[in-house]
Amino acid sequence: MSSSIALHDKTLSELAQGLEAGEYTSRELTEVFLARIERLDGELNSFITVCREEALRDADAADARRAAGKAAPLTGVPMAIKDIFCTEGVRTSCGSKMLDNFISPYDATVIEKLRAEGVVMLGKTNLDEFAMGSSNENSYYGPVKNPWDLTAVPGGSSGGSAAAVAAGLAPAALGTDTGGSIRQPAAFCGITGLKPTYGRVSRYGMIAYASSLDQGGPMARSAEDCARLMNVIAGADPRDSTSVVRGVPDYVEGLKYSLKGLKIGLPKEYFGEGLTPEVEASVRAAIKVFEDAGASVQEISLPHTHLAIPTYYVIAPAEASSNLSRYDGVRFGHRCADPKDLEDLYKRTREEGFGDEVKRRILIGTHTLSEGFFDAYYIKAQKVRRLIRQDFLDAFDQVDVLMGPAAPTPAFDLGAHKDPLSMYLQDLYTIAINLAGIPGISVPAGLAGKRPVGLQILGPHFGEQTLLGVAHQFQQLTDWHRQRPEFGQEHA
Amino acid sequence: MALEHSDVLRAAHLARLGLASQDAEAYVEDLNQILSMVDQLQQVNTDGIEPLAHPLEATQRLRADEVTESNQREHFQQVAPVTEQGLYLVPRVVE
Repeated sequence: MSSSIALHDKTLSELAQGLEAGEYTSRELTEVFLARIERLDGELNSFITVCREEALRDADAADARRAAGKAAPLTGVPMAIKDIFCTEGVRTSCGSKMLDNFISPYDATVIEKLRAEGVVMLGKTNLDEFAMGSSNENSYYGPVKNPWDLTAVPGGSSGGSAAAVAAGLAPAALGTDTGGSIRQPAAFCGITGLKPTYGRVSRYGMIAYASSLDQGGPMARSAEDCARLMNVIAGADPRDSTSVVRGVPDYVEGLKYSLKGLKIGLPKEYFGEGLTPEVEASVRAAIKVFEDAGASVQEISLPHTHLAIPTYYVIAPAEASSNLSRYDGVRFGHRCADPKDLEDLYKRTREEGFGDEVKRRILIGTHTLSEGFFDAYYIKAQKVRRLIRQDFLDAFDQVDVLMGPAAPTPAFDLGAHKDPLSMYLQDLYTIAINLAGIPGISVPAGLAGKRPVGLQILGPHFGEQTLLGVAHQFQQLTDWHRQRPEFGQEHA
Repeated sequence: MALEHSDVLRAAHLARLGLASQDAEAYVEDLNQILSMVDQLQQVNTDGIEPLAHPLEATQRLRADEVTESNQREHFQQVAPVTEQGLYLVPRVVE
């Protein structure tokens, strides 16, 4: 067996090759990661539930499948799952007290697909409650720490997934992105995260926050790993009517991309006030790598960018207030003790089960949808949403991809943003992408002090293959994705 | 369109979210900050712009009107707080 230090630093693709070559078994590999979780996660808090027994059982099944000559490309590799995806027989908490006791009776479609591939689930990762947050400080299970700097946040809401991958507790993870929740934590933790086009990956069994914005996707060490995972999870799902019926390309084939002639647009609104100089320097240095490889760069304007956050904070809470009405203490989840009548049951169950940020968004959403306010807020926001989307459609008439920072700053300190509004503004560069439904990827592109910087690359609807190809070529020319935090390196 | 304490209590009631009167006070300032930020949208001319409900302009897909699911009541009710004879129990609603 190869040294465990080498194993926890390897990419998913490298681990799959090692399994194929018989260098180690899935059980040996799984035990390496389970041991690291046991030793290190007390400090990080990146997992809510560790599935030790299930993982070893699945690893043995993967080894048997390989021995029978029936292995698929990712059979036997372990990964982590954001605790927002329903997993049969395993607690699916969504980071909330409301679902602390919820053992899902079914698998999300993406989980079914990963199981069919023979991927081993190590456990369920921490997140902001119901995916509402940009720092992972809103979880019922406590904040996650950034392995690059334990005084910093890992980003949110997929912060547990990002921190687990960055610290070598899992080689890859699933995340979800409603306003940047894959890309921003990927940037803060120095990993690669892809938010696919809305509808490209099934949302069935992914606990809903804002249904017209939520999209699941892969988080891993490299674009190649994200491509391998997309080959498993992408595609239409008859159980999700919002998933798109459209052929799925081979994302791994798409990695063979030539940067010569690539037309890159730089949205001038993404390089303005509020952008930290160290982040800007790293992003511009990364873009120079593309220019040196034969790409051309031009400035682009996305004139409605400044309206993305206000638009989002009407639409997302409105959809959330509707989606979260199902948590009423009747069919599953938390139920208050001794309710005196039905209204008392609903009200106390929800008061006890939801945290502050969730309550804040339910209140905003309920208010903006209520009689007298619906047109002024919700319909207005949906109209502005069209303008924001049109900005991107116009931009992609001129260029192949857009590039800019994933976030205006590197990971900020735990507790740095006390008021909700200052936290919401952190998503300035990610949120419009969800409103438009286009895909985006964040790749490691430098360090600001000891905290990572992410380069965000955006493409037109269903342009994931291009994004992954462009990101992969960048990772052939740089080694930012190979950098690892010091945290946990002394441990096997 | 600033919110007042009574508006927060009204929204909480509509959402069936328990909120004591003194707790609502803590949300008033936060929600007003958010609504003040959201009010930027009122400055935008959206005359003639259609609301965008789906980012891909997709419409709801229809499927054949056929039964495809089996009855899994017992399986699903295993995670329910209180059931009896296949029914979900709630406090009495009819005297």
